[in-house]
Amino acid sequence: MNLIELQGVAKSFRAADGTARSVLESVDFHLADGEIVALLGKSGSGKSTLLRILAGLIPADHGKVEYRQRPIYGPVAGIAMVFQSFALFPWLTVQQNVELGLEAQGVPATERETRADAVLEMIGLAGFGGALPRELSGGMKQRVGIARALVTNPDILLMDEAFSALDVLTGETLRNDMLELWDGDQIPTKGILIVSHNIEEAVMMADRIIIMGSDPGRIRDEICIDLPRPRNADGVEVRALIDEVYGLMTQRPTQEATTGTSATAHLGYRLPETDISRIEAVLELLADSPFDGHADLPQLAEESELADEELFPTYEALGLMGLALVDKGDIALTALGRHYVDADQARRQEIFGQQLLTHVPLAAHIRRNLESESSGTLSEKRFLELLEEFMDAVEAKRVLEVAIEWGRYGEVYGYDYHTGRLTLPEESET
Amino acid sequence: MFELRNPQSQGSRLLGKTPNRWDFALLPLVLAILLAMAFAAAQMARPFAMGETLDISLSPAYLPYYLLRTILRMFIALACSLLFSFVFAAIAAKYRAAEKAMIPILDVLQSVPILGFQAIAIAPFIALFPGSLLGVECAAIFAIFTSQAWNMAFSLYQSIRNVPDELNEAARVFRLSGWQRFWRLELPFAMPGLLWNMMMSMSGGWFFLVAAEAISVANQDIKLPGIGSYIAVAIDAKDGWAIGYAIAAMLAGILLYDQLFFRPLLAWADKFRFEESQGDTAQQSWLLDWMGRSHWMRGLSAHFWTLMRGALGWFSVRGDAAVRDAPPTPDNPLWERVWDVVLVLAALAALAWLVVFVHTVVGWGEAAHVAFLGLITLMRVLLLIGLASLVWVPVAVWIGLRPAYSQRVQAVAQFLAAFPVNLMFPLVVYLLVTWRLNPNIWLSPLMVFGTQWYILFNVVAGAATIPNELRLAADNLGVKGWLKWKRVYLPAVFPSYVTGAITASGGSWNASIVAEYVTWGKTTLVADGLGSYIKQMTDAGDFHRIGLGIGVMCIFVMLLNRFFWRKLYLLAEDRSR
Repeated sequence: MNLIELQGVAKSFRAADGTARSVLESVDFHLADGEIVALLGKSGSGKSTLLRILAGLIPADHGKVEYRQRPIYGPVAGIAMVFQSFALFPWLTVQQNVELGLEAQGVPATERETRADAVLEMIGLAGFGGALPRELSGGMKQRVGIARALVTNPDILLMDEAFSALDVLTGETLRNDMLELWDGDQIPTKGILIVSHNIEEAVMMADRIIIMGSDPGRIRDEICIDLPRPRNADGVEVRALIDEVYGLMTQRPTQEATTGTSATAHLGYRLPETDISRIEAVLELLADSPFDGHADLPQLAEESELADEELFPTYEALGLMGLALVDKGDIALTALGRHYVDADQARRQEIFGQQLLTHVPLAAHIRRNLESESSGTLSEKRFLELLEEFMDAVEAKRVLEVAIEWGRYGEVYGYDYHTGRLTLPEESET
Repeated sequence: MFELRNPQSQGSRLLGKTPNRWDFALLPLVLAILLAMAFAAAQMARPFAMGETLDISLSPAYLPYYLLRTILRMFIALACSLLFSFVFAAIAAKYRAAEKAMIPILDVLQSVPILGFQAIAIAPFIALFPGSLLGVECAAIFAIFTSQAWNMAFSLYQSIRNVPDELNEAARVFRLSGWQRFWRLELPFAMPGLLWNMMMSMSGGWFFLVAAEAISVANQDIKLPGIGSYIAVAIDAKDGWAIGYAIAAMLAGILLYDQLFFRPLLAWADKFRFEESQGDTAQQSWLLDWMGRSHWMRGLSAHFWTLMRGALGWFSVRGDAAVRDAPPTPDNPLWERVWDVVLVLAALAALAWLVVFVHTVVGWGEAAHVAFLGLITLMRVLLLIGLASLVWVPVAVWIGLRPAYSQRVQAVAQFLAAFPVNLMFPLVVYLLVTWRLNPNIWLSPLMVFGTQWYILFNVVAGAATIPNELRLAADNLGVKGWLKWKRVYLPAVFPSYVTGAITASGGSWNASIVAEYVTWGKTTLVADGLGSYIKQMTDAGDFHRIGLGIGVMCIFVMLLNRFFWRKLYLLAEDRSR
């Protein structure tokens, strides 16, 4: 039986200029009894939106959203959520935070107390009932977040990147404890949905992984995992699965990189959220031994000690700028990339600028417009408006910020923060 | 927020425990406060006929009694302000349609000087309780309320709007009702800002105390027993000693409620701080510590909070139905349009009425004259805020960089901000008359006398939070002298300076009514300006011209806020990111 069923769900948000921007399109999804499902996708793929639709926090525009064959119109008693930044009420003690959901349901005080005590004991927080959240470490805080969700005996548990604010080791421990409770049938929960950036986490936990694509968000791939839990992170099957998921996740950038030029990158292309120093750091790591210009993505991730959500945009940027090729879970340095790594600082910036003008239409567009202006300066407003035709205002601002950072580095154009104007770079420097 | 300070002791067996020495120490204190309040409250409803004069004695022996009456009045007003803030903020934050009308109205109310409210409110209140002093008391309390409520309501509304998304989502996922959300999430989150504003409001209440208690609107001359009336009588009688006593009594009063009320509250509210910011030392309160040690108090407060938690269930989301049955009905956009149109029409009607009013009742010449007076007062406000900034910003930065002083200075500045400007009248009149100085120039400093301290303590707070590493880096680079001020200190304190200056500017406008029209016995010194115009018209009981003066002042304050301070504020906010 399906606990949750979604059919043809679509959601769009109104942009600043009043045009609708689609975030989710024709999403079909179900969560079956006794299943853990992980949603993976890069930022902007609408996975958080999907989670919030399930939680009843935002309504879907179209399609069927059902929990146990009944439509969801608002937060439902049987669905609880664990938040990325814990969302604990800092003025309530651990005990009171955990009792919050019960209090809202009007459960009598004595029963609240016994139920909260039981859950706190189960999750390893016995004795912490009187503490304030600020006294606890991140891992302990998230335990409280989980206890608060579990105490309401939810049918379904939604976890919104619940482990990503924790350090790797703490996250792993908490994840394993969670799985132990689940596999030992110690909690009444019938289904768990995890939204994650972390591929290894998804492979270690889920019975099914769903990969979401972006622009607009939709379900792209699905992988079922039959391995029994607990799974061995270094086992052959798990490594193979991680490779497979990496491959699926990097499919799109591959097409872009192989087709080369601006076939896919258009004016409204969402520049990946990464910065120059990270791009160069990954490039140098890739060029050095043991990789020598060619790496398996999971291995590179381990070596770089960066999270997937930081790495994927960086891979995208490298592919976009023609400095590396990303293909089916592997990454390889291009000849230009090799040249770039060996070059000195001035030459690097020059290459970066050239590549920016060739491969990023937005940067080329800004440069062209500045050159045609007699004063050589333009307000950022018109470029923001241009971008807002493709995306919402917040995203437009972010994309322009990336374009500005890259443009400054490549000395393609400059920017004055106080006036909000873009300028041609000073000639004397070149 | 419903919980004990010490969550371990949740027993509600009230008197089952034997009292300890803390109980014995607290008992007389609690009884004394209760008795005093009951006594003062009983005095408020004395019979009274219009025209009767209430004798105010200048003998210091009466001061404790006057102080008691004044403080009771101020706390009743504070309670009303709090209630008003709850209702106002909850509605404005919840309903967009209401918000559109309520926020501009609050903006206007904030810029109306206290005399304006009094002129309108005194008659209805007296009519409400014929033959009793209660009507006049209510009018005085209402006047104090109008000097306290607006900033509290605004701060609460702002905080509710700024509750972090994730906490809001958590509250919704766990299905807290609106009632529960207000007490569990919104109010606790707003608590630090609200408390701070309550303290400011108490200071504001003192500042206009003379006007509130010694009611001299429209040929009425009623002096309610209280410190404000005492000061008014002392000024009439040219009694310098009495002024000194009044200052001492006021200081005692402020110390008392600070120690017995605000300190414990601040220490208790420490847990509502949303983020741990370093440099913020926890507030200490001996009274709260005592209460924590006393068995009876612990029992009582546990009992109290249990009752309160029970009240949380009053409006909970009922029914265990897993799923709501009907989709929420979407808001009809048409109604929103209609509402917008209604608001615009109301604004236009007000404008038309104003034009007709000026045209038929006061005449355009008078209106132009009042606008000119407004310009003079505007000049004064800006010039003096500028001068005060020149003096206080460097001093404040110096103090802020020395944490040992900064806390003490903040306490002193808070007292100075409460200091009613009327208390300076004897000194000012003496100086101006002796040296034959021009009142148009030399009365001006009185306008910022009470408000400059807002600049001082905001900048002190701002300077105290300059990261130590920033200062070390500057030292390390050899940045010193003027360059250090220009590149390090001034940019760092700019946002908090702007906040302080906005408060100071608003307060100065209000203060102009007292500061431009100074009396001491038979001597009266007048500076030309909007404030003295309103004051003179109030004394004469000319309601039309009071209305005109207040209207013009509202317009000036709002224009200044919108086109000057707001711009500056946004600039400061943007730079400090």
